Amino acid sequence: MNNTLIQTLASILASSSPLVFAVVGETINEKAGVTNLSLDGTILLSAMVGFAVAYTTNSLYLAFFAAMLVGMLVAGLVAFSSIALKLDQIAVGFVLTLLCTDLSTFFGNPFVRLPGPAVPYLPIPILKDIPVIGPIFFAQNVVVYLSLLLIVAAWWYIFKTQPGLKLQGIGERPAAAFARGTNVNKLRFLYTLVGGSLVGFAGASYSLFVQLGWSYHKTYGIGWIALAIVIFGGWNPVRGAVGAYIFGALQMLGSFAQGVPAFAEIPTQVFQTAPFALMIIALLLVSNESIDHFFSGSPVSRRIWRSLRGAPPGALSTTFEQE
Amino acid sequence: MRLELKSIHKYFGLVHANDGVDLTVESGTIHGLLGENGAGKSTLMKILSGFIRRDSGEILLDGRPVEFHSPAEAIRMGIGMLHQDPLDFPPLSVLDNFLLGREDGFVQNRARALADLKRLSSQFGFDLDPETLVSTLTVGERQQLEIMRLLSLGVQILIFDEPTTGISLPQKVKLFETLRLLAKEGKSIIFVTHKLQDAEDLCQRVTVLRRGQVTGQVEHPFTASQLVQLMFGQNLAVSARQAIELGAPILEMRDVAVEDYRLRVPNLNLQVCAGEVIGLAGIEGSGQRLFLRACAGLLPPSAGEIWIAGAKMNRQPYHKFLERGVAYMPAGRLEEGLVPGLNLAEHFVLVGRSKDFFINWGAAQSEAQVKIEEYSIHGVPATRVESLSGGNQQRALLALLRPDIDLLLLEHPTRGLDIESTLWVWNQLLERRRRGTAIVFASADLDEILEYSDRILVFSGGRVAQALVAKETSVTQLGELIGGKGL
Repeated sequence: MNNTLIQTLASILASSSPLVFAVVGETINEKAGVTNLSLDGTILLSAMVGFAVAYTTNSLYLAFFAAMLVGMLVAGLVAFSSIALKLDQIAVGFVLTLLCTDLSTFFGNPFVRLPGPAVPYLPIPILKDIPVIGPIFFAQNVVVYLSLLLIVAAWWYIFKTQPGLKLQGIGERPAAAFARGTNVNKLRFLYTLVGGSLVGFAGASYSLFVQLGWSYHKTYGIGWIALAIVIFGGWNPVRGAVGAYIFGALQMLGSFAQGVPAFAEIPTQVFQTAPFALMIIALLLVSNESIDHFFSGSPVSRRIWRSLRGAPPGALSTTFEQE
Repeated sequence: MRLELKSIHKYFGLVHANDGVDLTVESGTIHGLLGENGAGKSTLMKILSGFIRRDSGEILLDGRPVEFHSPAEAIRMGIGMLHQDPLDFPPLSVLDNFLLGREDGFVQNRARALADLKRLSSQFGFDLDPETLVSTLTVGERQQLEIMRLLSLGVQILIFDEPTTGISLPQKVKLFETLRLLAKEGKSIIFVTHKLQDAEDLCQRVTVLRRGQVTGQVEHPFTASQLVQLMFGQNLAVSARQAIELGAPILEMRDVAVEDYRLRVPNLNLQVCAGEVIGLAGIEGSGQRLFLRACAGLLPPSAGEIWIAGAKMNRQPYHKFLERGVAYMPAGRLEEGLVPGLNLAEHFVLVGRSKDFFINWGAAQSEAQVKIEEYSIHGVPATRVESLSGGNQQRALLALLRPDIDLLLLEHPTRGLDIESTLWVWNQLLERRRRGTAIVFASADLDEILEYSDRILVFSGGRVAQALVAKETSVTQLGELIGGKGL
């Protein structure tokens, strides 16, 4: 493999890492049956808060902690209003998106376009010298390492542990989970907070790592993409992460293409927005019924196709009330 | 384990759902609990299994009073319930379902669970692939999984809520075998049902509930008429069949094939005449629904010709079928038949096809009131359909049908209804038949099929047997055909 390719893969891994946090976080709370639609606003607000805290205290730990707190707070509102007040999750999430976006603009005003701290580069000795794998996976920073760890940990927790099985249960059929001794609403609350904190972490990793600094509407749209990737990933953290990397690769491809003389005529906005459009097309392909029908022709193609599709948790966005 | 319920009371608002119920179940017996819909069986069993709290009364296990506040606590005390619609997780695998709810460490111990599952499977002669998804299992197989799961949790008292609804004859035989085996091992079985035959075949003792109270208890041997008297206070006469002269052909299928993504039913040839009743027998999902939907114009056939009242109807839109006098009543009363959220009066307005822009609510109310009385629906024009009981929803659906129907297609017309409602529904249908309506209905209840059909089509995994004349057919014969024998 040549160096350019290795460099490209390494930077896709790095630039997609915040998206991975958001996607895995949202996957966790949707697995529990709660949709946190406020992602776009939460990421903006936590990116702003993360940067502001890092700028004023010069502590990255505090910055990430504060951003996670913001994420948990917003998720807590979603959880409280849907679980305790039985309000519509979609409506609440949408309103919170708008609120958080405006709050980030309002409180972020003093911090616009200031130089601030960044997560330091931290190659892992020895491992970084492994050919190919080393420079891609082990010459990164803590955020990237954590994102990789998170994918594996989330997958393992959801599919290989007893509490993970319960997590799936409360999202699929809360009444059945309750019958098996699960405190459905308490766990839903908890997992929504966990998911929210990861979304908050995603926000801070934008402003302190991938797109350094703070400016208005800095990460605008990325939250919606994360929500789409959760569906694309069939509510599986590993496949969701793959979706995040594909999106990152598409963005990278866009900036490459701009440098090619043949594409010079095309406005740069096309390259910036293309990944979003492609993501939506991919989503349509994965969730479209007639395409499903097309692939159902032979058992083999159906099997392959079905494994690419994922069904949403059966009780997603619903409330659970004990008799 | 010996179970005693003493003077259980439960109110829902003003409704006295359980009014001082006493019940004793000896260990090692199968105890039937009978009663029509709304008699309080479900309430009593939900109290016993920890889903709801009683208002007063005592529960004793082996003479010791016990308290529990959730189904999980009830299971820990040894009481487990199998719900009519098994309370499991269809998108998960058999093994995942078996594991979920076990207190067995942090990391899933799949090997141990698998060993437990295998041991129980061989004990009862069940054959479930641990890695298959529960969504692909039949209701009978899901019951088997739940039985094994509850037993693995140490349950001593098992409650079965209407377990024979929606399962095939061979599965029912297997279930009864299993229940007898469980009783022999000393487990106490409570068998909730409204099917007299099942109670007669299986139960050593039967307690009958009516309007929240115990009306009596009988010991084996007992007769069905004894039970009917306890359930309804009188003997219900089954309506006698009138001979009917068949009219002109209404529905004709010529080499029709219907299919969806998982099933193809080829070679359908059938002629149905005015006044004829055709029963569709078979395990659910063997093609009956496809057949009915094709006749209703909701599913275009992939081959052949469908003729209705002398006109070829292939690729015609649904409303053309309606114009030709076809009506379809699907099994999902609230999902496909009625509109949840709308009340009875609004439903009658919806089907009224008035051309006026504004609705005359006064007239609509009184029209609805007339229909409600005519069809004895327990409700008022402002009652929302989702708050009606199953039987009353079915009555409402029948009331919504136009008077001039030539071909009436019904999917499980009496599923989940008590005997009284069932007879009422059939009296309505037979009255229509007398006026020349052809009726095609699917049912899982073989007695119903044999009793009301003139001819029977048996479906088995997409294959269809030659139409049988009902008078010359026995349950055994049907059961064998449904099981795929002789097809």
